[in-house]
Amino acid sequence: MRLVSNELAFAYSPNREILESVSLAVESSQVAFILGANGTGKTTLLECLSGLRGPLRGSVTVDGQDIHQLAPRVRARRIGLVPQLHEPVFEFTVEQAVLMGRAPHLGLFGRPSKRDHQAVHEAIDAVGAQHLAKRPYTKISGGERQLVLIARGLAQGAQCLLMDEPVAHLDPHHQHDVLSIVRRLADDGFSFLITSHLPNHALLYADWVSFLLDGKTDIQGSPLSTITERTLHLAYEMDFEIIESATGSRAVLPRVKRETRSASR
Amino acid sequence: MMFGKRSAIWMLVLIPAGVFLAALFLGRYGIRVQETVRVLLNLDGPSDIFRALILRVRLPRVLAAACVGANLSVVGAAFQGLFRNPLVDSRILGVSSGAAFGAALALVFTWQGMAVQAGAFVFAMVAIGLVMLVGMRFGSSTLVLVIGGILVGALFNSLLGLIKYVADPLSTLPAITYWLLGSLNATQWSDLPPLLAVTGAGLSFFMLVRWRLNLLTVTDTEAMALGIRVRLIRGVIVAVGTLMVAASVALAGTIGWIGLVVPHVARAWVGPDHGRLIPASAALGATALILLDTIARTVLPTEIPLGILTGLIGVPAFFLLFLRFLRARGETQ
Repeated sequence: MRLVSNELAFAYSPNREILESVSLAVESSQVAFILGANGTGKTTLLECLSGLRGPLRGSVTVDGQDIHQLAPRVRARRIGLVPQLHEPVFEFTVEQAVLMGRAPHLGLFGRPSKRDHQAVHEAIDAVGAQHLAKRPYTKISGGERQLVLIARGLAQGAQCLLMDEPVAHLDPHHQHDVLSIVRRLADDGFSFLITSHLPNHALLYADWVSFLLDGKTDIQGSPLSTITERTLHLAYEMDFEIIESATGSRAVLPRVKRETRSASR
Repeated sequence: MMFGKRSAIWMLVLIPAGVFLAALFLGRYGIRVQETVRVLLNLDGPSDIFRALILRVRLPRVLAAACVGANLSVVGAAFQGLFRNPLVDSRILGVSSGAAFGAALALVFTWQGMAVQAGAFVFAMVAIGLVMLVGMRFGSSTLVLVIGGILVGALFNSLLGLIKYVADPLSTLPAITYWLLGSLNATQWSDLPPLLAVTGAGLSFFMLVRWRLNLLTVTDTEAMALGIRVRLIRGVIVAVGTLMVAASVALAGTIGWIGLVVPHVARAWVGPDHGRLIPASAALGATALILLDTIARTVLPTEIPLGILTGLIGVPAFFLLFLRFLRARGETQ
């Protein structure tokens, strides 16, 4: 599996290109992170890469084939999109929600067969959510819902999942639960492209990092080489400090001036 | 409350069948069960009057009630999923308003019977046509469709008001008012073919695509990522659903609440999976409207308009559902 974006450009309105030139590649067993400030077009980029939005210029290919030329069902069996979490309206069970991932394998009048149910169970097992299978999707926690969405992508048969801020709104424990499952699945051969606001997660989990800056991805490479005080300043227009722990792992710390409060107040 | 798969399937068949049969022997003139069955099986025994009463008066009416109830409920369930909004029903796209205007227009010209049905049907289609036109121009998002439906509905309500204003207050105005309240009174076999054809085709269509309806309850982006041609499928479902509502409203008048309440009861019974929700809505909707229509023609010496009855029973039912909904979310004690 190899997903490649070649000088991709995209605009919602003719005079304002939100993506100017995005070139990147995701390979099997890779976890790639995209970092960038709010409003830089990370979500739009994922929608272009998954073939939902046609590019203004450039191309996206999966294993050499232009993704925008593939039939929607074929495309959905290769690439999965895990959108940002939102509150579902109806009380589908986790099983039923994951089963929706089988859509690209079924015809218009098709109903899921035993094989589809089998695929759903394998996908739920792969994210370690067996105990949730019969629970209403509306009544589980945000972290659990994120795992269900990953399972839905696996049930699609996708080898590559594009995830839009998968751990936003999760507490640290659940953030790391979700990302370690992502890491484990990547070690099994799946690939992930994840947008995030947390450079520390990229340092911990990514094989490869790209900054999306002014519609371009000029800064990209290994986490250690790309996440520097200089690039962070460029991306977020504030100062950061890279600190190193006794065990040698690095972390990003914002430089914050704290007002000293007088005792009388 | 969930039942086993097999018992649920049996109940979906047996309950409507039982109510259907009961509606045939209940009425101003009570006919015994055995005699009703003998008439239906074309056996000797019952008098010609009973035969005529059951086959020519009650059977077409009960059949119409079953079709209208099933149509409004199935379309209500499908639209609630489609618009990801449990509070919409088949009227959301302005179809009923268009039909009401069309029927009123026919009545003002003192046309009757099939002409009223045709008028209602044609303007229901004009209404949805306008909504789809707006949708196609501005991208067919659910928001555009709903806003379009509300505007088109408002337009036809104004036109309806205009017709009522100019209608003869002694003859045509009462006819329009009566039609708007909804009734299956005086339904004859000759009225039925369009409704039966549309119901047969429409219900078959929804039974075939019922699992796929689940996929339209997620956001458009998600559905597209799952390889669904969302806008195309949504357009087809809206078109078929509208046809079913138009055929129903054209015959029975504007009957509210059924399409809103029945899908909720069905969802509480079998869950949100449209694979089960669609057949359950069809069965419960048919049952509910046969029951209401039987009450409408038996309780008082004079007929109660069906639209009033669905409101009188539908409003408290909806209120109870609403409370249940809040309680389930822990928003009341």
